[in-house]
Amino acid sequence: MEQLWARCNNCRRILYKQDIMDNMHVCPTCHFHFRLSAVERFFMLFDVGQFELFDEDISPVDVLQFKDQKKYSDRIKISQTKTGLNDAVLSAIGMMDGIRVIICAMEFAFMGGSMGSVVGEKVTRALERALKEKVPVIVISSSGGARMQEGILSLMQLMKTSQAIARLEKAGVPYISLCTDPTTGGTTASYAMLGDINIAEPDALIGFAGPRVIEQTIKQKLPKGFQRSEFLLEHGMLDDIVDRKKLRPYIIRVLRLFTNQPR
Amino acid sequence: MEKEKDFYKLEKNVIEIKQKIDDLQESEDPLKEDKIARLRTKIEKEWAGIAPELTPFHFVQIARHPQRPYTLDYIDALFEGFIELHGDRRAGDDPALIAGFGFYKGKTTAVIGHQKGRSTRNRLMRNFGQPNPEGYRKALRIMKLAEKFGFPVVTLIDTPGAYPGIQAEERGQAEAIANNLKEISLLRVPVVNIVIGEGGSGGALAVGVGDAILMLQYSFYSVISPEGCAAILWKDQGAVKQAAENLKFLAKDLKGFGIIDEIIPEPPGGAHVDYETMFKNLDKSLQKTLSRLKNKTVEEMLNERYEKFRQIGIYEEK
Repeated sequence: MEQLWARCNNCRRILYKQDIMDNMHVCPTCHFHFRLSAVERFFMLFDVGQFELFDEDISPVDVLQFKDQKKYSDRIKISQTKTGLNDAVLSAIGMMDGIRVIICAMEFAFMGGSMGSVVGEKVTRALERALKEKVPVIVISSSGGARMQEGILSLMQLMKTSQAIARLEKAGVPYISLCTDPTTGGTTASYAMLGDINIAEPDALIGFAGPRVIEQTIKQKLPKGFQRSEFLLEHGMLDDIVDRKKLRPYIIRVLRLFTNQPR
Repeated sequence: MEKEKDFYKLEKNVIEIKQKIDDLQESEDPLKEDKIARLRTKIEKEWAGIAPELTPFHFVQIARHPQRPYTLDYIDALFEGFIELHGDRRAGDDPALIAGFGFYKGKTTAVIGHQKGRSTRNRLMRNFGQPNPEGYRKALRIMKLAEKFGFPVVTLIDTPGAYPGIQAEERGQAEAIANNLKEISLLRVPVVNIVIGEGGSGGALAVGVGDAILMLQYSFYSVISPEGCAAILWKDQGAVKQAAENLKFLAKDLKGFGIIDEIIPEPPGGAHVDYETMFKNLDKSLQKTLSRLKNKTVEEMLNERYEKFRQIGIYEEK
């Protein structure tokens, strides 16, 4: 049976699940932003019913025959069953307040939103479609970084996606990067930091190296709030932090400004 | 007999012979040329027994060998009148990543490369070849300078990775790497990358992409270090060798994926055993690659560069 109650990861309060859902998956008490699935992002941002998915049939391949404690091919199957997705990103084109826009949303539940060949290919295709159709594009990151199980092929996706952004930039097509919890590693070191504007949800972990790796390297405890959205804003890495409830109107306003379409 | 796991023990005989060669070279012995040649043949024979047995982790140990030639060694050997330029014009200078200009075959060329240190003190000064954002921003500044004057860019890659530190994060390590990738894709001069040792993840990639990627025979280029991978996926530092085997990060693997253009052969025993041969081999490949790129128009070159990375990735599509 579906559980009716959930505990907030932050304030630890027991909450009625429906209340969290009605509040866009934000804790009504402490304002903690729960992780969203890629599809939930689309429903939250696009005009009602105004989007269609594309590049749905691209699936990962275990090229390296990678096997740690589990086989990569098994990890793929488990994640596919769990999420109902082929890999860790969904692409869609649709309308936001009547403005045509492409959105790629990463799925953290699929192997930590890691970027392998499929994510790199789908994001690149979305960027190239945006270039071809002169449609603004938004990438919503939620990812631990490059997918180790695809080795160097994953690493090269950083270049593949970044060079597509370079072309968008030259053509004057707007690109918005939204960082959500967490956005780290190779994802941050490529498209997540390359937006015309980079915005984030509150208190999202955003960084290059993971906090554990940094702690082990410098052999010190990290200060509170380190690598959180507020920290990045303070250090000039973000244009703004936007509450989930204000996200849709905020992005629409940016799209109107960047495409010079006043209401 | 159990297979020797540690490369540094495996190469003991080779190093002993190499020591004899070094001593002879210093000596006044009239027959030293002959004797050295004979010792080189001996190294070849030793190596013929070792090389086929090398595991991916042995490659890692060779790539990290403390005696391995570093960026500054290649610059000294192959570039004339090199001037190192400092600073990113934003926050500071990064000794882990060297950048400047020198003459290569009589032509001004930008050289950028990670530098590890040799002594303890030097290693600390160079931060073990792990750049901060300033390093990547300096590298880009020099690449832009090269573009302004129409000079080719050569990068030498040898880093465990971008430095995972507090200040590096504060000053935008990820942004610095991402921005380099974006800008390199548009750079209107040839860019040749050579992995001379460790190609450590994003820290290598930020100066490790261009028109042609070459790798030394015993170098590696990986999404993560075998240690990092073992810690995350196996949750066990003892699994480093398994991680190394799984990651498929050797030059021959990357050649197979179509990511790199050429494998530069190393002398028997590895680059550290015979610097002169290593310099010669690298020189030959670099010269060939640069003259191949010289014949392309800028637009041709930029399109091919884009297509090269555009094609990388393996997936299934129904």
